[in-house]
Amino acid sequence: MAKTDPVIIVMEDDPSIRRFLRTSLSTYGFNVFEAGTGKQGLVELGVRKPDLLILDLGLPDMDGVDVIRAIRAWSVVPIVILSARSGEQQKIEALDAGADDYLTKPFGFGELLARIRVALRHAARPAESGQDNVFMTANLKVDLDNRVVSVDDREVHLTPIQYRLLAVLVKHAGKVLTHQQILNEVWGPSFRENAHYLRIYMSQLRQKLEADPTQPKLLLTESGVGYRLKAW
Amino acid sequence: MNNERPDPDQLLARVERDQAKARRGRLKIFFGAAAGVGKTFAMLLAARERRAENLDVLVGVVDTHGRKETQALLDGLEVLPLRQIEYKGTVLHEFDIDAALKRRPGIILVDELAHSNAPGSRHPKRWQDIRELLEAGIDVFTALNVQHLESLNDDIGQIAGIRVWETVPDTFFEDADEVELVDLPPDELLLRLKEGKVYLPQQAQEAVQHFFRKGNLIALRELSLRQTANRVDAQMLDYREDNAIRDVWQVSDRILVCIGPNELAERLVRAGKRLANSLRAEWIVAYVETPQLQRMPAAKRDGVLRILRLAEQLGAETVTLSAPEMSAALIRFSRERNINKIVIGKPSRRGWRRWLLGSVVDVLISHAHNINIYLLGSPRGRGWVEEPSELNLFRKSPLPGLRQRIPAKTKRRYGGYVWAIAVTLFSTTVGYLMFGRLELANLVMVYLLGVVFVATRFGRGPSVLASVLGVGCFDFLFVQPYHSFSVADSQYLITLLAMLVVGIVISNLMVNVRAQAKVAAHRERRAAALYSMSKELASSQSEEQVVVIAVKHLYSEFSSPNTILFPDASGRMEFPRKPAIAESLPGADPSVAQWVFDHNEIAGHGTNTLPGARAVYFPIHNEDKVLGVLALLPVNLRRVFLPEQQKLLETFLRQIGQAISRIRFSEQARSTQMQMEAERLRNSLLSAISHDLRTPLATIIGSASTILHDEGKLNPRDRLELMQGIVDEAGRMSNLVNNILDMAKLEAGALELNKQWYPLEEIIGTVLTLLHNQLAGRPVKVKLPEGIPMILADSVMIEQVLINLLENAARYTPPGSGLEIEAEINDAAVEITVADHGPGIPRGQEERLFEKFYQSRHEMAQSGVGLGLAICRAIVEVHGGRIQAKNRDEGGAAFVFTLPLDQPAPCMEAEE
Repeated sequence: MAKTDPVIIVMEDDPSIRRFLRTSLSTYGFNVFEAGTGKQGLVELGVRKPDLLILDLGLPDMDGVDVIRAIRAWSVVPIVILSARSGEQQKIEALDAGADDYLTKPFGFGELLARIRVALRHAARPAESGQDNVFMTANLKVDLDNRVVSVDDREVHLTPIQYRLLAVLVKHAGKVLTHQQILNEVWGPSFRENAHYLRIYMSQLRQKLEADPTQPKLLLTESGVGYRLKAW
Repeated sequence: MNNERPDPDQLLARVERDQAKARRGRLKIFFGAAAGVGKTFAMLLAARERRAENLDVLVGVVDTHGRKETQALLDGLEVLPLRQIEYKGTVLHEFDIDAALKRRPGIILVDELAHSNAPGSRHPKRWQDIRELLEAGIDVFTALNVQHLESLNDDIGQIAGIRVWETVPDTFFEDADEVELVDLPPDELLLRLKEGKVYLPQQAQEAVQHFFRKGNLIALRELSLRQTANRVDAQMLDYREDNAIRDVWQVSDRILVCIGPNELAERLVRAGKRLANSLRAEWIVAYVETPQLQRMPAAKRDGVLRILRLAEQLGAETVTLSAPEMSAALIRFSRERNINKIVIGKPSRRGWRRWLLGSVVDVLISHAHNINIYLLGSPRGRGWVEEPSELNLFRKSPLPGLRQRIPAKTKRRYGGYVWAIAVTLFSTTVGYLMFGRLELANLVMVYLLGVVFVATRFGRGPSVLASVLGVGCFDFLFVQPYHSFSVADSQYLITLLAMLVVGIVISNLMVNVRAQAKVAAHRERRAAALYSMSKELASSQSEEQVVVIAVKHLYSEFSSPNTILFPDASGRMEFPRKPAIAESLPGADPSVAQWVFDHNEIAGHGTNTLPGARAVYFPIHNEDKVLGVLALLPVNLRRVFLPEQQKLLETFLRQIGQAISRIRFSEQARSTQMQMEAERLRNSLLSAISHDLRTPLATIIGSASTILHDEGKLNPRDRLELMQGIVDEAGRMSNLVNNILDMAKLEAGALELNKQWYPLEEIIGTVLTLLHNQLAGRPVKVKLPEGIPMILADSVMIEQVLINLLENAARYTPPGSGLEIEAEINDAAVEITVADHGPGIPRGQEERLFEKFYQSRHEMAQSGVGLGLAICRAIVEVHGGRIQAKNRDEGGAAFVFTLPLDQPAPCMEAEE
């Protein structure tokens, strides 16, 4: 990654949220451009070639999910969406359409910054070749080459499906994954309707990896949307 | 009856009449002595004058009969097209009342007031169409010949020898706002007739020629002039009453016309009408139904019905009195109603029968003081009627659609006679066995016992037969000389005579007792039916229940399928509401019901309005308005239209109307209360929001402006504190707004559950992660049983329940105290408990906690709006569970909610 300031485009119709994002993000060294409408945003996107897009799903002129589909037709730029509370279905649609992460309004700046960093890291990874295939977070260590999982340096035995599930989460560590996305990657497209499979295996994984499965520290549930492996 | 003051009721009636008139259209009748005097011509002239005054004139129906002068007058007037009615293969042209009502002209011309409409029209008679036009506020011009006036029908029949069946009730004529007499001297009319200027229907040419004799025409002219003069007289009296009521108001006469089921009835009614007219008196036509009369054949009772209907049309009030004795009933009624004149037929009993059995007239004369009695003789022997019309009237079906019923009881009667013979034979056998051993008087008793038996079981005829047979057998077998009908000892003649008389008297007595018992049983049954319906209605809770109860009882009383129709919010009648029950009448016609609803009058089959309808439609009303319409399909119209049945039906309908209005009132009261409740909620919501939103806002604005205006004086620690305050308060506000929105969504029922299978552990885990900060420093114990099944729920919502419960616990218990979350499997439900170690719930408030905007401790600074628990309850209940609060024995509060496990969790093969 070149040492220039990362470029972020904020597509958001509310001026005061735009102002707050611009001020805060600039302070943290981002180069921020703003767009108040979907059309304007798409133009900016073509011109600025940003490193990340923050997209409000409630744009006045276009449906947020349509914006994501339009972008994904030609760009892999990471997208973090902002959505209203209790719009689980909309979040899922946006994530399935290709958004990388989401934040529910109102949100704290800390959370936003964490999401942006995860998204940027994931976007950067394919470029970094020769990355060692060992993932570590807190007390969990996953050696993807040797398929070895250990907690507090104690090896944990996982079934093939449990391992596959963990591997998918590790691959997208820090990012939210919808039920559909996980089911699709672990079991294949024909299991899309069986979200309870996923929940049971998730529960089994927690039993094996978490100190207290009722107070998970690693395998977090994103209520009504999916799961996230905590990675920061 | 010597009150000099004007009767307030009368005054009120006058005011009401005036008001009704102001709303109604004005009726002008062009009145003439006979066809050809130029009524239509005069009417059209008047119409053209109005047209010239720029009034909206419409010709509804005018038959010019091809006369050129009349035809010419139609030019320039708007003519309404006639309606075509297919009837038995021919097309009839009729006045189109619906089109006229829709067009709503200022004045409409409708010729031939006495015309009878084609079958299938709304009303059988044109005058009824006109009445509806007037009620709709449209002025009407029409034409009428004197012979069509109902009360003159009789007289003109006598004069001209022709009876017309197309008649117009006198009341209708009298209520006309204006009557213009179109007069033509008879000679001129005859001249016009000769010139062919008078239209005569082809088929009746000869009869009509007979009618147009000079003598007839003079008489008709006199009648029409007199009628018009009477009207002018009446108008003048009215005027004087209006302007000097006190002086002119006199004690008015009240005339009672008593009719019986005989040929005289119609003449009595007409005579009564004439008397009432000449005295300008109120008149009442009464029919007394004695037990004997109730046993009368149905056809005769129908005749009475028809006469009563006729009397109503002539403007009389009609009553049917039910009493054991006619004279007593009439005297009592006369006293009650201050009758001072009675019109009654001449006694039918003559000679010794009248002397022996008495007559109503004699009793009336001797008992009714201050009442003048007018007797009317029988018309027999006078040859003016080709066919005895009164008989004809009785033979005619009294109501359109009412069928004669053929008595089907001959077989049973015949059986009675057989029984009479058998009983006599049995008595004779018993007598034969007793003969010689006992006195003859005892044998007589045996026969009389037989007669009593027959009388109680089989009625008058068989018991009389038994008496006569008994006397015969007794004489033949037991009275010397034996085996002969002659009597040797003349004292036995007395025995035989006494036996016969006693036998017949017993027969009569028994029959009357039987009949009275039957009537009493009938009455009792009716009273019981009414009682049982009113009892059920009294306990009914909804209109649907009332309808079901009403339909069921009406069916059992009138054996007719029926249904009740109600109007929708805009007053249009709707098809009957569900639920339909076995007794319901399918296919009621809302358009007929609409008419009934709008006019508050009975219509349909057997009535004067829309007689083509299959069912009869009755309005159901309370004191001030029509509530609905009953459609009843009578198996037999008699069951509905006989006076006592009609009274019963009216009582039923009144009961139903009262029940409906009772329910409507209580519904109204309930909805008012609900509105008040909603109002209260809105108020508490407003006060809660204004308090709970303003407090954090005050902190936020205060802190933020302090930082904004800071000129470097704030030290970094204070600055940080202020900013932390802003974030915390904003978070509180955000929670509050979320709660309010959740509640609104739950209340609006707009929430769709996204139910899926979840391990309970995952839901609890999510919540504890989310509340990490709020629960910091508190030990949280989670106890889930081994192998707990997955639950089917909307995870986001159940999480919300847990969040609210845990937040409450954190808010109301001392910092650092522990919390417990436990689950148990319990009778096909998971029971989840959130318990704390705080001060517990104030006694008696365990339920109130779940009410909206309820807070157990108002004084606490960190209060919410009081929505959290209400939201919990709503969510748990949409999941089919229950939630409650209690104090734990070991201290602290526990909130327990259940989620049903009514579906088997999906299974999955184990992988290991």
